[in-house]
Amino acid sequence: MTTIIALIPALPLLSFLILVLFGGKLSRRVAGWIGAGSIGIAALLTGIAGIVLINALPNVKSYSVVLWQWMQAGNLSANIAFSLDSLSLVFCFVITFVGFLIHIYSIGFMANDEGFTRFFAYMNLFVSSMLILVLADNILLMYLGWEGVGLCSYLLIGFWYKDPANGTAARKAFIITRIGDTAMIIGIFILFVSFGTFNIQELMQMAGAKWIAGSSIAVLTAALLLGGALGKSAQLPLQTWLPDAMAGPSPVSALIHAATMVTAGVYLIARTNVLFSLAPIVQTCIAGIGALTLLIAGFSALGQHDLKRILAYSTISQIGYMFLALGVGAYSGAIFHFMIHAFFKALLFLAAGVVIQVLDEEHDIFKMGGLRKKMPVVFWTFLIGSASLSALPLVTAGFYSKDAILWFAYSSNNGGMTLWLAGITGAFLTALYSFRMIFITFYGEAKTEPSFKVGRLMTVPLIILAVLSVIGGFIELPASMGNIHMFSDLIRNTLPTVVLKNVEQLEWVFQVISSLIALSGIYLAYRFYYLKPAFIDSFHRSRLNHFFEKGFEFDKLYDVVFVKPIVWLSEVDKKDFIDLLNISVANLAIRLNLILSIAQNGKLRWYLLSFAIGIAFILTLMLKQ
Amino acid sequence: MLTVPVETQLLFAGILFFLGLIGLLVRRNLVFMLMSIEIMFNSAGLVFIIAARQWNQPDGQVMFIFILAVTAVEVAIGLALILQVYHHFKTLDVDAIKKLHDNS
Repeated sequence: MTTIIALIPALPLLSFLILVLFGGKLSRRVAGWIGAGSIGIAALLTGIAGIVLINALPNVKSYSVVLWQWMQAGNLSANIAFSLDSLSLVFCFVITFVGFLIHIYSIGFMANDEGFTRFFAYMNLFVSSMLILVLADNILLMYLGWEGVGLCSYLLIGFWYKDPANGTAARKAFIITRIGDTAMIIGIFILFVSFGTFNIQELMQMAGAKWIAGSSIAVLTAALLLGGALGKSAQLPLQTWLPDAMAGPSPVSALIHAATMVTAGVYLIARTNVLFSLAPIVQTCIAGIGALTLLIAGFSALGQHDLKRILAYSTISQIGYMFLALGVGAYSGAIFHFMIHAFFKALLFLAAGVVIQVLDEEHDIFKMGGLRKKMPVVFWTFLIGSASLSALPLVTAGFYSKDAILWFAYSSNNGGMTLWLAGITGAFLTALYSFRMIFITFYGEAKTEPSFKVGRLMTVPLIILAVLSVIGGFIELPASMGNIHMFSDLIRNTLPTVVLKNVEQLEWVFQVISSLIALSGIYLAYRFYYLKPAFIDSFHRSRLNHFFEKGFEFDKLYDVVFVKPIVWLSEVDKKDFIDLLNISVANLAIRLNLILSIAQNGKLRWYLLSFAIGIAFILTLMLKQ
Repeated sequence: MLTVPVETQLLFAGILFFLGLIGLLVRRNLVFMLMSIEIMFNSAGLVFIIAARQWNQPDGQVMFIFILAVTAVEVAIGLALILQVYHHFKTLDVDAIKKLHDNS
């Protein structure tokens, strides 16, 4: 068992090394299958490990393996050690399994790209880092994985580096997440200074035992860790990088910016939930940030023209739901939504990738249309993904996961009417923008002709993900219908269960309301974007739509508040005292150079005369002695 | 046999050397500069001969033969260089040949 756990992150790392060292000598076919195959085997191993762990539960909560000591300095020591419990199992499953499907798809998607092996090398490094992140036994190793995925995200957003805009997007993503990472590492240092260990389990036990709930140090640490989570998960106020991150290839968006990396923040908060329960203010903040983010991102998605940017805002919005669930203490709800979201959002991104590639890199949905008949497989899978995203009642997995969050947002101890209202408004927006996408892209008259037919390598992953987006929900049914809770039973072994405040079970009323809201969103999308009344065009030209399209102008705001003052200050600061000192040294050197360079005039006789004078001088000196 | 005091001999060699040096500094034609160098070489050789005679040792004369050989080689290379310079710059004026000077 311990070998299996160690092999799960090691295999992708090994294949990364092979591709980096020998990538030039391998044929594309071999490189692709090494890249995808290593993830496939890791997925298989995760499956085996999962079966072993689930059979051992609840007697054995987790399996740990210490590989070697990583560093030792004074009382600071950290191991390369992994620990598999039910929470990391769910994450591992999504990373390896969805990751495997995305890798298979990428073999087809990237087939004609010149950076084929480089792409698979980066992707494998990403999967390896992400697995280290979720399997890490101590928080320092987790931080290693955390930075590793950040690096891979940077490399893959800027994958097509010949366009400078992609490089800018990559740097933006890296810098903005770095703001959060800095907060997080300070939080980690506070934890280490307080308890003298990096081991997550020990840390949580000691924090629970030693820190008083609501004490300032607990609040500070929780807030700092939350900062890291906000940056990585693109939540308010650090959300601006994710829409620009769509510059990367579509499989990257599917794997990193939808299914796995952006949910690392959710994982971090779930993993350190003890800290957050010690800091109720911070936990309330998480719920508030989640609710606000899901609304803002929902409105922004409504104003986008670019197919992938719609999905990017939708991802921000769905992670907002996860944060909302974390904030009200419904951990299993958040993790469940993470898993289902990974299925349908990866599906949507991959399908969008097919659409964009087939239409010769056309991103604008208003230049698409009528694709329903031309690409039936893509249409049906995209429809299923969108239905799951907009939580179509009863038949889709998204309904069960989102409905659970909405219910807990109202009924849990920390929840309330406001959070529920925000969530339900977000659900309405989600349905509206999802089906806006469907109606504009796949219905209406055709504007651009597909240039080729997609191969089976790309469609089969879509179909598998579409199936999962439907049946994935049936492992966790609410109390009012079916009452199956396999998933929350699994998660309960690691994370605390949600505390409900309302005794009366009115869950079905809320379910009916949210179903009606989702259906009305879809109906409105049909009215607005299929029947196309006149006012929709005027709305598209309105200033409000422009405001939505720019994502509530956060970029402009940050430009005015942070970028411009810093640029101004550095302009002013160019000539301060210390700089003058440095400049004067340089000036002195230039002056001396000017004086001495007179001597080097290229005149041979001038040199000879200097020789003669020099010799005469030396001889005179010698005679004097 | 007429004996000239050794100081006079050395003075003669010194005058010869300075004539060469002045020629080297004053002349602008490369061929004449090469000839001035030859004069300086010979003045140095003359000092060796004077020393050999003074102490009745053959070493100085041996040394002069060496100097002659070196001079011959030097002239060969020098003339070849002058030919190349002329070929390249179409002039033998050293002041016109100053491509190595600093631009500033």
